[in-house]
Order: sequence, then C-alpha cells, then structure tokens
Amino acid sequence: MDLSLKVWRQAGSDERGEFKTYDAKNVSPESSFLEMLDQVNEHLNAIGEEPIAFDDDCREGICGMCGVMVNGHPHGPQQGTATCQLHMRKFADGDSITIEPWRASSMPVVRDLIVDRSPLDRIIEAGGYVSVNTGAAPDANIIAIPKEAAEASMDAAACIGCAACVAACPNSAANLFTAAKINHLSLLPQGQPERWSRVVAMVETMEQYFGSCTNFGECEAACPKNISIDFIAMMNRDYIKAQFKNLVKTAQ
Amino acid sequence: MTENTFTLDARIPDGPIQDHWDKHKFDTKLVNPANKRKYKVIIIGTGLAGASAAATLGELGYEVEAFTYHDSARRAHSIAAQGGINAAKNYPNDGDSIYRLFYDTVKGGDYRSRESNVYRLAQVSNEIIDQAAAQGVPFAREYGGLLDNRSFGGAQVSRTFYARGQTGQQLLLGAYQALARQIELGTVTFHNRAEMLDVVTKEGRAVGVIIRDLVTGEVTPHSAHVVMLATGGYSNVYFLSTNAMACNGTAAWRAHRKGAFFANPSFTQIHPTCIPASDEHQSKLTLMSESLRNDGRIWVPLKDGDDRAPNDIPEDERDYYLERQYPAFGNLVPRDVASRAAMRMIDENRGVGPLKNGVYLDFRSAIGRLGKTKIEERYGNLFEMYERITDEDPYTVPMRIYPAPHYTMGGLWVDYNLMTTVPGLYALGEANFSDHGANRLGASALMQGLADGYFVIPYTVGEYLADWLNIEPVSTTDTVFTEAIEEVNQRTEQFLSIKGNRSVDDFHRELGKIMIEHVGLARNREGLQQAIQKIKAVHEEFWNDLKVLGTSDSLNQSLERAGRVADFFEIAELMAIDALNREESCGGHFRLEHQTEDGEARRDDENFAYVAAWEWKGENWPQTLHKEQLEFEYVALSQRSYK
Repeated sequence: MDLSLKVWRQAGSDERGEFKTYDAKNVSPESSFLEMLDQVNEHLNAIGEEPIAFDDDCREGICGMCGVMVNGHPHGPQQGTATCQLHMRKFADGDSITIEPWRASSMPVVRDLIVDRSPLDRIIEAGGYVSVNTGAAPDANIIAIPKEAAEASMDAAACIGCAACVAACPNSAANLFTAAKINHLSLLPQGQPERWSRVVAMVETMEQYFGSCTNFGECEAACPKNISIDFIAMMNRDYIKAQFKNLVKTAQ
Repeated sequence: MTENTFTLDARIPDGPIQDHWDKHKFDTKLVNPANKRKYKVIIIGTGLAGASAAATLGELGYEVEAFTYHDSARRAHSIAAQGGINAAKNYPNDGDSIYRLFYDTVKGGDYRSRESNVYRLAQVSNEIIDQAAAQGVPFAREYGGLLDNRSFGGAQVSRTFYARGQTGQQLLLGAYQALARQIELGTVTFHNRAEMLDVVTKEGRAVGVIIRDLVTGEVTPHSAHVVMLATGGYSNVYFLSTNAMACNGTAAWRAHRKGAFFANPSFTQIHPTCIPASDEHQSKLTLMSESLRNDGRIWVPLKDGDDRAPNDIPEDERDYYLERQYPAFGNLVPRDVASRAAMRMIDENRGVGPLKNGVYLDFRSAIGRLGKTKIEERYGNLFEMYERITDEDPYTVPMRIYPAPHYTMGGLWVDYNLMTTVPGLYALGEANFSDHGANRLGASALMQGLADGYFVIPYTVGEYLADWLNIEPVSTTDTVFTEAIEEVNQRTEQFLSIKGNRSVDDFHRELGKIMIEHVGLARNREGLQQAIQKIKAVHEEFWNDLKVLGTSDSLNQSLERAGRVADFFEIAELMAIDALNREESCGGHFRLEHQTEDGEARRDDENFAYVAAWEWKGENWPQTLHKEQLEFEYVALSQRSYK
C-alpha cells in the first residue's frame, strides 16, 4: 500500500518544529506502524535527509517507550494498543496519516517525535513503592491476599508508563498514571502502612508538573492497557481521607 | 587460535556445596556501615539485575551512580519476560527442593555451568519471591489467597511464580520502584538517556566509565571504586530476535577489549515459541511465553506439504511430535530440545503457515477440558498480542510458532563473586555467563538477574572494596580518562566521516542473516568457517560504506546504532570462532557433526567439560582461549533424557 505521511520534525527542544510530508511507498499490510516508519527512515537516509527520531524498544507493547499521536489519537485508532502493536492492515491504501509527538508542556519535545517523560519518574520517586529494604521480607505466603484483590491490583499495575493518558487529556493531567500506581499498592496489604502518606506525596508531586483532572475520560480511552478511570476516583477518595488520617496517625 | 592452559580461578569455596554460600558470606570481608558511604559504585544498566543491585547497594549506604540508555529505568528489556520466575518454595507440595532446582538447572544447562554458582542461585531463589511479594508485586494467587504456581519446561514440578503474562514487568517495576526510593533518598544518582561507551582501567583495574549523553551528545568521564555491568545479552547480533530494538553487546564488548574475558560466546538460546516472521521488513520477533506449552499442544501435519487449514486436519492426521518423541516431558521439554524438534519438522517440509515456517501450538483440547474462560484468565494477554500481530484468533485457530534467538547464556566470565577478570569490574544478570550453562531453563532469567542484584553482589563486593578504604577513586582528570574520551570521540567521528551508501540497519540485517544461517540452531564446521569469512568481509565493508547522517552533538539514533552494530561484528566473529572450537553438541550449541542417532545433542565431556573464556589480544585476531575446567561432584554427567 502507498501512504502519505505528515510528520512533525523538530531538531531540538529549543528549535522551531514543523510538519513535513513524506510518501511511504510499497508498505506491507503485515508491517507494524513502527516498521513502516523504519522503512521511511531507510529511504530518508538514502536520499540524504536525517531519519525521523522516535522512541521505541520492545515492540511488543510492554516497555512503554513508544507512543505517538496518529491522526490525533494517542497510539493510533486501535483500542488498547500501543503504537508498536498497531499494524498497517488497520489503514487503507492511499491514506494520509498525521504523526505527532505527545503534546504537553510538562513533557517537552526532545527531537521530532521524542518527548521528555521524566516527570512521571518524579511522581514514582515521591512514593510509588513499599519501603522495604532487601533482605527484610517475611515468607511470601505469610500474608494471604484475596485473589480478587490481587487481580484488581494487577489491573492497575499493568500501566506501562507511556504517557498516552497525559497526551490524550485536554488538561495534560497525569491522574490515570498516578492513580494506577497508587491503587496497585493500596489494594494490597503490603501497601497499607504507607497508604495515606503515599497518596499525598504522589498527588502533590503530580500537581507540580501536570494539569488538573476535570473528568473528560480521554485518558481511559487512550490507554493501551485499558486501565480504568475508576482508579482515579479511588485515588481521589484516598487523597481526601488522607487529609484526616495524616492528622491522626494513631487512628489509622 | 592460541590456547592457554593457565587455569582461571573461579574462587569457589571449599566444603560441601550446601555450605559454600554461607561459608563464603562469613569469610568475605565486611564493610562497616559508616564506611560504606566512602565507596563509589557505578552501575551500567538498570534492568532487573542493575536496578536491584543499585537499590540494594543504595540501601546499604554505598554511593551509587546508575546509568541507562532508556528514558527511564522502567523500560529495560527485563520488562518483556512473560511467563514467570522459578523458586524452590515447594508450595505445591510436589517434591521440589533447593537441591532439585539446582539439579534441574545444571541438567537443563547440559552440564556446562558451574555447580557452586547454580546451587547458590537455587538457595536465594526463595528470598527473591519473599522480597518481591513484600514490594507489592501482584503475583497470581489461589482462591485461598496464597501464591499460585505453574509448570515450565525442563521441570516436573510446578515452581514458577507469575503475574499474568507480565511477570518480568511486575518484577522490574518492583526493582525500579525500590531504585526510585533510593533516588529520592539521595543514595543513588541516576542518569537516563546515557550510554556507556567505554570502561576505563588503570594498572589493570576498573576505575570508571565513559558515558555519552544521548540527548546532547556530550561525552563525560565518571570514576568509582567499582564498576558493575548489568547490560543484558547480545541476541540482537542475529538482527531478528525477541530482544528489544536497543539491546546490544557494546558494554560487555568494550569491557572485553579492556581485559575482561568473554565466556562461551556461542551459547545462545533459540526460543521455540515465537511468532514466525511474516515478511522482509520485519524488525523483530515476538515471543509467546513458554507457559503456553502448559496447555497448548504442539503439532504438524503427518503428511509433508499438507496445505489444508489446521482445523480441517483430523486428529489422526496430526503429528504431536513432542508428545510422541518425549513422552515423559511431552510439550514441556527444555527449549533447545523443542526448538530443534521444530526445525526438523520444517526441514521435513511439514512446516505450516504461508511461508511454511512454523508449527502449530493448539489450545483446542485445553479449551475443551477447562473452558475458554480459564484459558483466557491464564493467557488472555498473550492471545491478544498474538491476534494483533497475525490477525488470527488463537481461541479458534491454532497459533503458529517458530524458534527465534532469545537469550545468550554466554557473556563476561565472572568468578564466584561475579567479578570479571578485570579487578573491580563486575558483570550481573544476562551480561555474565555464570549460571545457565549451554541452555537456560524457562523462568530462570528473572531468577538469576534478581539473585545477582539483590542477594549476591551486595555481599561479594565487600571482598574487593575492603582493600580500598579511604583511597579516593582515580580522578576523572587522570590521563586514563582523557585518553579514553579521546578514543570514544574519534570513533564517533569516524562513523560520521565514512559517508558511504549503506545504512546501519542494512549492515545489521546482513550480519543477522549470516549468523542465523551459520551460527544459529544448527552449526557445522564448514558453515562456521564460511561465516567467519563472511563476517570479516561485511565488517570491512561496514567501515568503508556506512552512511550515518547528522552530527555527534545532538540526539542521533543512527549514530547510536552504528556503535552497537560495529561491536556486533566483533561479537559475531568470536561467536563463530567459539562454536568452531567446541567440537561437541551441548544445549543450545548444536553441531551437526556431533549428534546421536536420533538427532539429540552429543556432548564430549572428556574434552569439552570446560568454560571457554576468550581473551582479547588486540585488533589482530585470533584471541587467546583460556579454559575453566568444570567439576561435577553433585550432578552426575549423563546424556540428558526427557523421554
């Protein structure tokens, strides 16, 4: 199939960017979206134009490294799919495709389609863990965890940290990302001792970098792992509770 | 080639194997808590091994500096491990023990690993599960709330812990979060998008590294008392593999060129259950977890060239060849055995799919027995992944699978302390060679990476550090650093100045084809000799006809790849040389000249029960071979049988 691509090119974070149009000829419908970009890059390299820079790595939808806006949709049109898992058979011969980086002021463009997502790491560093040193753990089966709780925790823990939720949000909020980690831990007994301090620290760090959630729900629609927006409600509830809990530590 | 009979000292403790680790921990010098902060540790790579080591050493009080080429420590390829992690907990009460895990791993590795290391791995396996559970890793559970286990290839007990089909992701996030906590506490300084381009040595000891900032292109020196490489394997030498796009052997190879011996480079694992390649532009292969072999049955049509759709082929015209050939282990034979059996089927023209390059993995009987819901619960995300790639529904049409390069058992030679032959330089996880012999069992890579990082290196590093108390690391203004920076810069400029016609990927693809054809699943003398000539020829062309655009002072992905592919050429050559030297078949190394009548690997224990450790001797090959003789006191050498 032959396609026409409109791709965002930007040499660096302080440079001015622009859309450039490229033809992608003879694309196999079996190719993945990123393989199609590889093919375009080989062509660009051959004609002496610098290849399009984009982030990717595992190409099986788990590392969270990839992610671009495809025709205005984070990770493209297919529900629950990371860019690397999107295949060209989802497009038609002759299609025009617009490819842009994630757009959020907290995640500036580094080059072309690559953005700086490190504020997400700052949120995890603020408290997205159980404070347990290596070697101090009791036997793994000492604490029984209801299967349903473990499953619900896993649903939240499936987040790959790609930042599609931020890119999808009109406010550039990172609430789905933050809520996923908070609930992964708060749904488990191991996460209880730090439950209230964690939610406060992570939410407040999140707010230093990102916009506020106004319940558009775009994040859930864009999430390649189908993480539920319910987790945001649960995070908000914990955040409010924590305002009281943290005042009366002994009453936890 | 030059051989050297000088014996490598692996520093294995004396006494009964059960006591080695305890004795060693007691004998190892301790570093007083107040002194730990005086030591600087550099860790390269923050996957399972690197992140767990960085977090643990940070907790202990060392001053740690960690580097990854990713944008975050959560991206490392450990994340893609699907099936699970082994441990000898024996929760299912099915006869497992530390000794059995040890035994299975040595046997599974086809008797080419070091007994003492493997025993230690089995011992600490249980602590890993405890640690991960305490971190909040959401392992799968039974209805009673306790941990669930599944079976994996090469074992007759259920000892594999898992978190859906995302076990690697969850364990990596556990280690990443532990690391994040140390970053917040200030014990670990973390650098992202930073690639190590050289190890710096002074008077034979590792004293630091040279790092290139992948965004600005700035090249900087970093010094420390010890350097640890946790940089994974080199399966991408085959171009098409299940490894992530950026996985590479550069850090290990740079260390090799600075004196670290490279052990068993030809021991690579070709994983039996991957989605077959579909066309020329394919950039990587996708693994389908081995856990699928718990419930899926592998078959090909009985008749060669049978073109009927799989569901039209009646039961009595199907050949469930693993169940037929290996009744005791059936579909759960180890990976090397399963891969070669699939290769034989395809060679017999019984391959399936449009390119005749696969075998079926069929869930029909499991769905009939357990119901679709149960199968969905166990493998839902894998089935989804398969459907996205192939556009076929594995609940109704059998999956097609084919072997693909996946893991490298070979790596930097390390002693019992995980130290390479360069004092002060350590190798952890897949980057070292130590525990898997000639074939790694499923669910053992996560175990080894975390064992090395959480439970081994924090103890063993003390031995070396104790001698350096109150001695500052070598200054980064020392000539060893300025010279190393100069070398790195020269090499970078060289890539940009060739201005030839062919892209990095083009060369990489060509190298990959040579490797998969001659140094892949099956090898022979003539093919390996040819491979060496071909690799040399393409390598030379690479340095004359490479085309890398752009500059070195900005983000330049082609430039990054050029450095990695340049090193892959040298690794490839050493792999072929090592495969040629090893006149036997063992595990993943299958020499067609050395097989039994029914096509199984035939080892030569008399002449080859050794670790082949290669020493870099400068640009003019050959390299020098050192042998570490392997002693088998506890697991009797025998031909592996899974029948």
